[in-house]
This record gives sequence, C-alpha cells and structure tokens, in this order.
Amino acid sequence: MIEVKNISKSFDGQEVLKNISTTFEKGKTNLIIGQSGSGKTVLMKCCIGLLDTDEGEIKFDGRRFSNLKGINQKNVRKEMGVLFQGGALFDSYTVEENVMFPLNMFTDNTLEEKRARVNEVLTHVNLENVNSKFPAEISGGMIKRVAIARAIALNPKYLFCDEPNSGLDPKTAEVIDELISELTEKFQMTTVINTHDMNSVLQIGQKIAYLYKGQLWWEGDHQGILETTNEELNDFVFSTELTRRLKHR
Amino acid sequence: MISEIGKYLMVIFQAFKKPDKGSVFIKQLVIDFRYLGVSSIGLVAFISLFTGGIIALQTAYNIDNPLVPMWLIGYTTKQMMILEFSPTIISLILVGKVGSSIASEIGTMRVTQQIDALEVMGINPANYLILPKITAAMIYNPILIVFSMGVGLFGGWFAVVITGQVTSVAFVDGLQSFWDPFSITYALIKTVVFAFILASVAGYKGFTVQGGSVEVGKASTQAVVISSVLIIIFDLLLTQMLLT
Repeated sequence: MIEVKNISKSFDGQEVLKNISTTFEKGKTNLIIGQSGSGKTVLMKCCIGLLDTDEGEIKFDGRRFSNLKGINQKNVRKEMGVLFQGGALFDSYTVEENVMFPLNMFTDNTLEEKRARVNEVLTHVNLENVNSKFPAEISGGMIKRVAIARAIALNPKYLFCDEPNSGLDPKTAEVIDELISELTEKFQMTTVINTHDMNSVLQIGQKIAYLYKGQLWWEGDHQGILETTNEELNDFVFSTELTRRLKHR
Repeated sequence: MISEIGKYLMVIFQAFKKPDKGSVFIKQLVIDFRYLGVSSIGLVAFISLFTGGIIALQTAYNIDNPLVPMWLIGYTTKQMMILEFSPTIISLILVGKVGSSIASEIGTMRVTQQIDALEVMGINPANYLILPKITAAMIYNPILIVFSMGVGLFGGWFAVVITGQVTSVAFVDGLQSFWDPFSITYALIKTVVFAFILASVAGYKGFTVQGGSVEVGKASTQAVVISSVLIIIFDLLLTQMLLT
C-alpha cells in the first residue's frame, strides 16, 4: 500500500498540489484522473521520487519515501516499476536488452537465467519473437507492452503507469488496460495509473482519485463515478456525448 | 553564469560516483570507445594527412631565402603538427563530431524520458551515461592525436617530396632536428584536458535539456560552442604553464 499524506508542491510560487492525502491499495488498479493541469502528473512524479514534495510525506508499506536520498531511496526504487507515457525504451537497445536492463543492473543472474526471465515477462505481456527488434521497429502498442515487461522484470511491488493509453487506438488501449489489470491481480502489485481515458476509468478503475485544480476533489470506484453528484467530476467524466448517454442509460 | 557552472559541477560530481555495476560500466565504455573513438579515425586521418601536406607546402613556399636550410620545412611541419595542430585543432574537430553527438544523444534520452526511466530504476543516470563517455574520450583521444601526428607528418613528407620542393632526406632530417620528447608530453596533457572538456560539457548540456527537439538542437550547438571556447582558453593557459 502507498500512503500519500498532506502532499503540497509549488513551482515558482504557484501551488500545483494542495494538501493531497490518499492511499493506493495493494492488488488494485488505483487511478489518478483529472483535467490537464490538475496536478496528476506532478503527484505521480512525487510518488516515484522524480520531484521532491514541499510538504507532506509518501510511505511505501510504512516506509517513508518522500525526499529520501541515496541508498534509502534506491532500495525503495528497486521495488518500483514505471511505465512512462511514451514507453521510454532505450532506442539503442533491442527489446531483449531493454527488458534485460534492470536484471543486468540489479541481479547477478547468468545470461541464460536473464534470457529465461526476459522471455517469461514478454510472454506475460503477450509478446513473442520480437526479442531482436529495436523500439523503432515495433508498433506503439508493442512499445507499451515491452515497457510493461521491463517494468515488471524485477517483480516490483509497485507499478506506476503514466498515461498508458495515450497515442493508442481504442482496441489496443483496451488490451493494455486489461493487461495492467491482470498483472496487478496476478502479482498483487500496488498499481497507480495516471489517465484521462474514460474507458480505462470505467473498466479497470478499482480505486479512483479525481484531482481538480491541485486538490483531491473526489475518491471512489468506477461504479461510484456513474452515480456521483459531484458537479466538477460529472463535468469532467461526462464531457462527451457518448459518456453522457452512458450515464443516462 | 555562476549558476550554470554550479549545475555543471553538480552533474559532473554525480557522474564521478562509483558505478552501480562495474561490468555494466565496462560494457558501456567499450561501446563508447567504438562510438566516439573508432568511428573518428577516418575523419582524423583525412584531415591530418591533408593539413600536414598543406603546412609543409606553405612552409616551403615561404622559404625563398637560399640561406635558409631546407630541413627547416620538416622541422616546422613537425613542430606545428605536434605542438598545435594535432592536439588542438583535431580536438576542436572532435568537439564538432563527438561533442554534438554526445549532447544530442543524451538530450534525446532526456526529452523522451529515458533518463527518468533510469532514475526511477534507482540508477545514477549521470554516472551511467556521462562517465563512460568522459573516460572513453580521455583514453581514446590521446591515441587519435598521436595517430594524427604520424599521419600529418607523413602527409607533409609526401606533399613536399612528390612536388619536388625538398628531398626526402632533408625533410626527414628536419623531423629529427631539435627533438624534444616533452613536446609529445605537452601535446598529450593538452589532449587529455581537452577530451575531458569535450565529453563533460557535451554530457552536461545533453543531460540538462528541458523541452523538445528544438532544445536538443540548441543544447548540441551550445555544447560545441562552449567546448570550443574552453579548449582555446585552456590551450593558452596550458601553453603558458607548460612551455614557458
């Protein structure tokens, strides 16, 4: 479980996160949603340690992580997997080398053991026979899947996904959502997804935190979103004709 | 300016920490040797060969006094190649080729979140990306410079002998005249310092890029300009310190 307690963050005097407190639960897909500029990316960057918080703390299973430095931060980070928006695969490495990268850095396994693990995680994400391809030679959906494979290669306890569906067609986006949801359940990870894809919200949102102008405005699950009377959340979620029809069905 | 120097020192301090894993560092170093060093051999050979020839021909052209001995052409070519052309001009050329390449590569990694990915994995990205490049440049550039000296002197010999400006014996006599081994030491010291400037400035500029492709291009240009200026300044300082 990840506990976020009274987090605040400002840039050049402008408060981007205002006293946010929430928890991300183990074995569940926890979603952070909100409009562009609502602070969800900043919140995720604080959670993974790419930004320091001004106030408050973040705990990973009771271990304080926010503003940690050096070896203490490194130890917690080894338990994290992060899927970046564009995949952030290393261009000059093949798919196999990308997935093997964390194994090279943090294990003393033999090459055969590492290859076996790479093939195992690639199978988890339904990718086969792409080991020798470079990121530039595979599709956007495959890049996301390789990035997920790299993120779970070290059996992380915590999986963070920043806009996992951005730039994907609806069908591929659904496949990625299902994949993340399945892996979360199977490996009992604490998964945190930053998204504004309403399909994801309604399909895999087991816990949803809605940010509005830097504040935690609403929390609940995907069923709760359909029934909420919160005006700002309704404006955000049911901003399209399709979602409005769904609400009134 | 002071803040920029402070940021540079912080990044370089991070880069010079103990590598996360020795075997991975060695692997990166070998890749960078090939990428930064071996791939530059052709360019260095071409430029050195022709410049050596040009220096020798220009020297011959300017000697019109029959009292001046012809071996002076070989001597002048040797001094110019070893003391200045090979260590400084080749370093400046390598700034354009290797420095811009380092800055663009690391800058692209920054804007595509590859550096963030390294960081959240618990890896020191400055150390992983910049240290092997600095090390490779500091080891490989002196080899390239010595190679450049040899090729340049051959180019000088070839140009003046084939055009009949001077005999082969006289040119070689000039190369052997007033031989001071310290001139090689001086050239190698300069080269190592220039290699550090080249790789560290380019690595820093790439590492601290913010924005997109336009900023990566700007960082690459800035890396070349700043490295070139620093190399010229340090050339003067080192010459003053070592030769006077």
